[in-house]
Amino acid sequence: MNTNTLKLIKYQLRDVMRSRWVIFYLLFFVLVTDALFRFGGTGDRVLLSLMNIVLLVIPLVSIMLGTMYLYNSREYTELMLCQPVKRQQMFTALFSGLVLPLSATVAAGISLPFIWNGVFISHFSALVYLLATAVGLTIIFSALAFAIALLTEDKIKGLGLAIVLWLFFAVIYDGLILLVIYMFSHYPLQQPVLVISMLNPLDLARIALLIQFEASTLMGFTGAVFQRFFGSGTGQLTILLVMLTWIGIPLGWAARRFVQKDF
Amino acid sequence: MEFAMKNLSRRIFILLFLLLFAGSSLLAAPSASPSAEREIRVSGNIAKAVENARPGDVLRIVAGLYEETEITIKTSRISLLADPGAIIDGGGKGHIFIINADSVTIDGFKLRNTGLSHVRDWAAIRVESAVFAEIRNNELENNMFGIYLSRTKDSLIENNRISGGGDRESNSGNGIHLFDTERIQVRGNIIQHHRDGIYLEFAKEVRITDNKATDNRRYGLHYMFSKDSEYSRNEFRRNNAGVAVMYSQNVDMSGNIFADNLGPASYGILLKDIDNSLIGNNHFLNNTIGIYSEGSNNVRVEHNRFERNGWAVKIWANSTRNVFTGNAFTDNTFDVATNSSRHYNTFERNYWSAYDGYDLEGDGIGDVPHRPVRLYSIIVERNPIALILHRSLFIDFLDLAERVMPALTPQTLVDDYPLMKSPLP
Repeated sequence: MNTNTLKLIKYQLRDVMRSRWVIFYLLFFVLVTDALFRFGGTGDRVLLSLMNIVLLVIPLVSIMLGTMYLYNSREYTELMLCQPVKRQQMFTALFSGLVLPLSATVAAGISLPFIWNGVFISHFSALVYLLATAVGLTIIFSALAFAIALLTEDKIKGLGLAIVLWLFFAVIYDGLILLVIYMFSHYPLQQPVLVISMLNPLDLARIALLIQFEASTLMGFTGAVFQRFFGSGTGQLTILLVMLTWIGIPLGWAARRFVQKDF
Repeated sequence: MEFAMKNLSRRIFILLFLLLFAGSSLLAAPSASPSAEREIRVSGNIAKAVENARPGDVLRIVAGLYEETEITIKTSRISLLADPGAIIDGGGKGHIFIINADSVTIDGFKLRNTGLSHVRDWAAIRVESAVFAEIRNNELENNMFGIYLSRTKDSLIENNRISGGGDRESNSGNGIHLFDTERIQVRGNIIQHHRDGIYLEFAKEVRITDNKATDNRRYGLHYMFSKDSEYSRNEFRRNNAGVAVMYSQNVDMSGNIFADNLGPASYGILLKDIDNSLIGNNHFLNNTIGIYSEGSNNVRVEHNRFERNGWAVKIWANSTRNVFTGNAFTDNTFDVATNSSRHYNTFERNYWSAYDGYDLEGDGIGDVPHRPVRLYSIIVERNPIALILHRSLFIDFLDLAERVMPALTPQTLVDDYPLMKSPLP
């Protein structure tokens, strides 16, 4: 990365800090995590509840905020592109300006209550796993947001698309899986369902976290199949690869589009 | 005539004399025994010492390594007390102690390496057709069976540490094996790495208390055809299949801990054909299935804590007239699962962390009945693979819809008086 990009990222970050959503996002995670500690008590239970929140909130916020963010930085982008700045650099700066504060906020917002409740060290590995998944989801859904914002000029259309896409991944896709399971219930479905659910980044993150935090349920007859696959080294590697693919494809497409776009 | 009378009186006299003699010898026996109760120090061959022992003897085995098998005890009322450091090594050749007499005590030994037979059940301590056996404070290591009692009554197995060596179900025996026994007390033992921790078959009035069975290949406790028995305050952890109680009546299961029994066929308690029993004040923590009930009737399940299990209770429709009351169900994936829409058990006054009703009067009882069977649990029961959708938002929506308009979940499986707060500390 050269100085140009770094400088742009710095501007971007300063800009983000000045807008208030990062503060709210941070406060949200701090308050929720702390509240869970106050009501629930132990670190294990808090992690389990956080898992639901991570899976629900992060994709939604990332995709909505990301889409709006790119629409809102349009004028600034045009201005900067008049300067001797490469488009690739500008794109990197824009994306980092979104993903870095979002990820840092989530990580800090969840970790801080763990630290002051004194269970940070004892739950370190599980916490890191949760945060890694959270950051992964942040990057994936930010990349999708960029792709959407570059697909259409129309803000309303873009935001609508973002909501629909989130709904698709969070709800509709699982409905389709259940439909497939019921329609083909007489066939050996374990492998196909495994593959299908891996194609959805949200399902993938969910399963990865389930294996980490709620193994007791997944140790049943079929659960054991998933457990064996995802719990193994190859399984973890596959999860990582699929997640990286989910970052790579939308981001690559968005980057190309950004470079070729007629501003 | 006179002669006849004289003859009779003489006969009576002789008879009386004989009776007196017999009585005095009977009376004399116990008074003679204290002098015969010797304490013998044994440092050489234990088997020989046992053979020469008289009833009432106390054999004190000096510390050291003894390589012996099949030490057969046929004399009753003898005690074998081992000094710390007395080890008997079976060398992989068979039983170590065989007790075939009444009132025998085995105390403080370290017994190891019975070896493995596919034909016979080799045990470190085998008790056969005896009463009043006492087996205490022994340390059993790498044996096929640990303590094996058959056709034995009124005996005590206390404070033994039993650890098996087999790495598979097929090449190890049970830690404590009770076959056709009556009135046995099993107290304070620790049993690990055996096939079944404690195994009971055709046992009557057996009390199993304060034991710890962990990491066994199959069941921590395996209970078959046994009645009027009790197991309480035991701890069963990480056993491959948890605890199984089958074909038994009047079993009291109270105050136990069932934890971390994880696996496709692993249960806190598996109940199969159990009648008139009590499951009270137990703690089920992080098991794949807490209680699995098949064909069990009239079981009272009271004041138990179910925490973070995959399925807290899985109850088949052939289980009837069971009563679940005063239990606390917290953070289980599925609180109750069943396989039928008909159902003849009672759930009343339990605490459910999944309950989302309210209590306007403030009497501690929710105003809206709670249905512990989720639609999703029925989906999973029919299509186990749907488990992959666990914690999906879609599933939450489905559950919500079902709760608003129940269609598939059993109508009668309702807790009409759900508690607002956990009744258990």
